[in-house]
Amino acid sequence: MSAITRDEVAHLARLSRLALDEGELDHFAAQLDQIVGAVARVAEVAAGDIPPSSHALPLTNVFRPDEVRPCLTPEQALSGAPAVEDDRFRVPRILGEEA
Amino acid sequence: MPYDEALERFEPVLGLETHVELGTESKMFCGCSTTFGAPPNTHVCPVCLALPGSLPVANAKAIESTIRIGLALNCSIAEWCRFARKNYFYPDMPKNYQISQYDEPLCTEGYLDVQVEGKTVRVEIERVHLEEDTGKSTHVGGATGRIQGADYSIVDYNRAGIPLVEIVTKPVEGTDRLAPEVARAYVTELRELLRSLGVSDVRMEEGSLRCDVNVSLMPRGSSEWGTRTETKNVNSLRSVERAVRGEIERQAAILADGGRIIQETRHFHEDSGATTSGRSKEEAQDYRYFPEPDLVPIAPDPAWVATLKAELPELPSVRRARLQAEWGVSDLDMAAMHNAGAIELVEATVAAGAPAADARKWWMGELARRANETGTALADLPITPGDVAKVTELVSSGALNDKLARQVLEGVLAGEGTPEAVVESRGLRIVNDEGELSAIIDQVLADNADAADKVRSGKIAAVGALVGGVMKASRGKADAGRARELILEKLGVEG
Repeated sequence: MSAITRDEVAHLARLSRLALDEGELDHFAAQLDQIVGAVARVAEVAAGDIPPSSHALPLTNVFRPDEVRPCLTPEQALSGAPAVEDDRFRVPRILGEEA
Repeated sequence: MPYDEALERFEPVLGLETHVELGTESKMFCGCSTTFGAPPNTHVCPVCLALPGSLPVANAKAIESTIRIGLALNCSIAEWCRFARKNYFYPDMPKNYQISQYDEPLCTEGYLDVQVEGKTVRVEIERVHLEEDTGKSTHVGGATGRIQGADYSIVDYNRAGIPLVEIVTKPVEGTDRLAPEVARAYVTELRELLRSLGVSDVRMEEGSLRCDVNVSLMPRGSSEWGTRTETKNVNSLRSVERAVRGEIERQAAILADGGRIIQETRHFHEDSGATTSGRSKEEAQDYRYFPEPDLVPIAPDPAWVATLKAELPELPSVRRARLQAEWGVSDLDMAAMHNAGAIELVEATVAAGAPAADARKWWMGELARRANETGTALADLPITPGDVAKVTELVSSGALNDKLARQVLEGVLAGEGTPEAVVESRGLRIVNDEGELSAIIDQVLADNADAADKVRSGKIAAVGALVGGVMKASRGKADAGRARELILEKLGVEG
């Protein structure tokens, strides 16, 4: 049974603002299904005595003191931006087709 | 539908989500400054801009502040919890996700008691969690400057990554017609609590305290909740109250017509008090949360949490109860002082040496009237508790009467200096010089022979007009009691 359906890929594509055509939906659904299947094999070796983990290191409470460090200059910060206006990042319309 | 009619037919259920920017020096996951109002994109670094290879590290002070908020709200503190990624595609976060908390908040299951019309309402707290604030988008083009219809947006990431605490109530039932007042009282009490903890400057107008108001209605007699709406952009205490009231009226009208409430986000408009539809929640809510792999779990040491709890300051409700007992005032008077924002002022005036009753009289009387006239908050009047204490001292020592004291306060408010300086420059001292007073009385008796005769013939009540004449002639500076005695003495009548 597929873990990832074609409908789920369409839903994710829409959330990601990716325009996938019918052929691509089939293509990615199959690929993603294989990837999820491969990852699922990890579950086979996880025994009941191994707690689920979200982190590779057995650490907790890694904090930094509340101290201000130097920032980038606006020129540096904006140097990689495709578009800039008034020292701000200029981005395409946000709501797009939902507006 | 008018509010009263709406309440006859429906029962409101409230929910409040409050976002508080913490007053840390640096951001949640990087060392950028959190100072408000800096030029755009000057408080940014590779971490809060999500440049490749950068990694977040949690701010210890922000964790501590969040736990203190939880403790003050009677919450349980998690022994182990994690941050989560909230994925979405608006560009207000450059990472394409916001670091938040999902199913493992730092604090859960608390409550905050609020006073409304003499009754205590317990608002239960569902959760308190820590996340990062988003950048500020400005929408360009389109008619309204709003996101709908804009041609494009420009983004300033100074605010992105500032630690943000979200405090979520459980649904509040049974408030009945007081729902708007309960909502306002809750936000007021929460704001005072946060201020007393010193964790945030809680300025609603600058957005460091923001409130989303959830409202749903159920028909009277039903126990099944209706569909709720979430009103955002409610940026003053008064607006919280108005937003709840407005939403109750709007929903009641739709339901009474047989319509259906759509679960959605609505935007509050400060000018009209109305709400308009935002984006539909059903569309947008798919955040695909998962545990944040770039941060390790938080496991607050129970001993540390116990210390934080022991070191909490006196909380506002406890403090009010203590002051009320010390001052010996009624619940009603205390509530009035609370609503007027007078408690700190009265407390400081008492600390400066004034009797509590006098301090309360001036702040809640003359000064409240002035504040009301000029539309300023009591605390923003250009007069200090020390000034008020000085005025009460001048009254109790007999140097001023209440009428003169009001003129002194007026002078201080007009920027004429300290109370002593105003007394001096305006010449506002009670006439204690018997010779001067005696001369004024002689003149008044001569000018009002009819009244003087009436008093001589035994109509003691007529003395009032003569005393009034003396006060007028002395421009309010005479001691009315002493003047009365002297008048009767001069007319040879026993008072």
